[in-house]
Amino acid sequence: MDKIRSHIMVCGGTGCVSSHSEELISALKAALVTAGYDQEISVIKTGCFGFCGQGPIVKIHPDNVFYVQVTPNDAEEIVKEHIVKGRTVHRLLFEEPEMKGKLESHDDMTFYKKQYRIALRNCGLINPENIDEYIAFRGYEALGKVLTEMTPEDVFYMIKESGLRGRGGGGFPTGLKWELTSKSEGTEKYIICNADEGDPGAFMDRSILEGDPHSVLEAMVIGGYATGAHQGIIYIRAEYPLAIKRLKIAMDQARDYGLIGKDIFGSGFDFDIIIRLGAGAFVCGEETALIHSVEGLRGEPTKKPPFPSESGYKGKPTTVNNVETFANICPIILNGSPWFKNIGTETSKGTKVFALAGNVNNVGLVEVPMGTTLREIIFDIGGGIQDGKGFKAVQTGGPSGGVITTLDLDTPIDYESLKNIGSMMGSGGMIVMNDTTCMVNIAKFYLEFTQDESCGKCTSCRIGTKRMFEILTKITNGDGTMDDLEHLDALARMIKDTALCGLGQTAPNPVLSTMNYFHDEYLEHVNDKYCRAGTCKALSKYSIIADKCIGCTACARVCPVKCIEGKAKEVHVIDQSKCISCGACFDACKFDAVLKP
Amino acid sequence: MGIKSLDDLKKIREDSLKKVNLRETGKDGENITEIMVGMATCGIAAGARVTLAALLDEISKNNLENIRIIQVGCLGYCHSEPIVQINQPGKEPLLYGNVDDKKARDIINKHILKNELLDDSIIINTFQKA
Ligand SMILES: Cc1cc2nc3c(=O)[nH]c(=O)nc-3n(C[C@H](O)[C@H](O)[C@H](O)COP(=O)(O)O)c2cc1C
Ligand code: SF4
Ligand code: SF4
Ligand code: SF4
Ligand code: FES
Repeated sequence: MDKIRSHIMVCGGTGCVSSHSEELISALKAALVTAGYDQEISVIKTGCFGFCGQGPIVKIHPDNVFYVQVTPNDAEEIVKEHIVKGRTVHRLLFEEPEMKGKLESHDDMTFYKKQYRIALRNCGLINPENIDEYIAFRGYEALGKVLTEMTPEDVFYMIKESGLRGRGGGGFPTGLKWELTSKSEGTEKYIICNADEGDPGAFMDRSILEGDPHSVLEAMVIGGYATGAHQGIIYIRAEYPLAIKRLKIAMDQARDYGLIGKDIFGSGFDFDIIIRLGAGAFVCGEETALIHSVEGLRGEPTKKPPFPSESGYKGKPTTVNNVETFANICPIILNGSPWFKNIGTETSKGTKVFALAGNVNNVGLVEVPMGTTLREIIFDIGGGIQDGKGFKAVQTGGPSGGVITTLDLDTPIDYESLKNIGSMMGSGGMIVMNDTTCMVNIAKFYLEFTQDESCGKCTSCRIGTKRMFEILTKITNGDGTMDDLEHLDALARMIKDTALCGLGQTAPNPVLSTMNYFHDEYLEHVNDKYCRAGTCKALSKYSIIADKCIGCTACARVCPVKCIEGKAKEVHVIDQSKCISCGACFDACKFDAVLKP
Repeated sequence: MGIKSLDDLKKIREDSLKKVNLRETGKDGENITEIMVGMATCGIAAGARVTLAALLDEISKNNLENIRIIQVGCLGYCHSEPIVQINQPGKEPLLYGNVDDKKARDIINKHILKNELLDDSIIINTFQKA
């Protein structure tokens, strides 16, 4: 017999600990001892429930009852009522704002679960190397339905109706793209899955391919049928060996079952898929460059039109879609377009996967309905900022995007709203920055990336991004002038207007957006030679914490440039314009009063 | 075997369905415990191979039967890799995070053998799925 019959789970996430969940745990344990139940019931500290705003959270397992805002004073009542008498403590249940009902079971709390998984539905739940497990979760049912019950027109019409837009960054309507390829002349057509994923910090496509490769394969066959292609190509970077291995296993298993190959589902439709490896250049994620790379040519973009849907791979009509876009297809076919259309905002339907990273407690992959606010993503799902620091900004859209500040934390995010606030959806990288992050340095980081990844075809992008990077380096080194700021701005606008492809057109965004929202930080770097975040080493200066300084004069005596002023037994002050950052005062102070930058 | 119709597909699905139910609700499963280990690039980088080896080692040391280990992809909780999910018949599936060698052994010796959940390790599922 199991000794322990029930567990009281208490949230031990950062948010709840700061609202006293540790004390709650002690109180619960004590109450259990008093009641004589400590041998059968145990108190367990868990990870974050993704509901930090209502903390501390308590869940009784296996009853699945969920209490919110539980204080140490409530411990006795929970033990006496719930544990001893088996009666739910109604007072502590979560009240759903819209329905005004109290929710008892954890599973009922759909509202509280801010994440909704469509693209990631099977990730972490099935063995990606076993096609039967995928089939158990309705795998290949959408393909069966499409091939036996629908015409190609029905398929692209359904996707069009659903409102699905490309998740690769641009947000082009997927159904319309399929229709365009379908209506292009010719019988030889192709469909390509873009798994290049070049945005530094993004890894959602990799996770989908590693965790649920069949969802992409199945959708490619459906896309092939809808557009009239019989050949699919997966373009994936060679740096993703595990994803490639799992894709190959999945393709073999699907072929064995006849789910790719000849006469699929007895419908007479033939379709096969091949894998092409890319060398991992950012620009090769751009669709025209990608197609050239697949053809064995240099991975350089060409001008559009002609769009790939008219003239793509080998000059034939070609559809290029992103991995996550494909991962949304089968649920739409199975659940219908009205279901999908119901999720999201006016212009952007469904969900988006984000790779949440940076100074946030719960880094990871999150999938939320379009229209979720950044505050919900960062402070509920993400569990807030690490180490109790303040929030400064969040960067979305990677090297093509910009920063978003507290001003826009409550903006429901979709393709349009992000563009309006000077950033973009991009592929879904989301980097959270705390108040010790230097914004000039962030801009420099992205420009260093883009000037390196520019393919070099157009002058403005090749030389322009390099010049911008040099100017930013100069500013962070403390040699910037006001002219430099003007040049940065002029260069940024010129590159945006004249670059051929999306890489160049969006490369200045990180600079424009940080200059817009954090202009004063640029000015401080240039005029005061001061970096408030302390990131720019050349500008970092020592300072003295007044509260801690007892006026022992030790620092002033060692300072080689005599820039520390102060009388004995009075607070000392460093003249930062003269400080050479030698650190001697820091070593000399025995009272931790000198602050190292 | 080839699949030539929706009915063929359905047959395969029905055969695999029990497993799925166990994983989602703990209901209606076979009398088998499943241990799922997140083995995507992120999990492996965080040490999931060590976790997997420790689980297998304890299972064989204790001669446990009716237990199955499954490798799965990424659940998205990168802050707590390696991740292990336990699915037992009749019980709600549970997730553990930061499962190193020692915790993996505790999972078998405490959770599986004694029904004692591990303190400070449980991850709460924060999403719904389509
Ligand atoms: C510089 C640059 C890099 C890109 N990188 C990617 C990428 O890594 N993955 C991707 O799916 N799309 C990328 N795109 C967008 C593709 O050109 C294309 O729009 C997309 O693959 C279309 O798929 P979708 O409609 O499903 O989003 C990139 C675009 C540019 C300009
Ligand atoms: S904008 Fe830059 S990356 Fe794009 S084609 Fe021109 S040089 Fe190449
Ligand atoms: S860091 Fe060096 S130069 Fe600056 S105040 Fe301290 S001792 Fe003086
Ligand atoms: S050494 Fe420290 S305590 Fe003494 S005067 Fe300098 S800052 Fe103040
Ligand atoms: S820390 Fe408890 S819900 Fe997030």
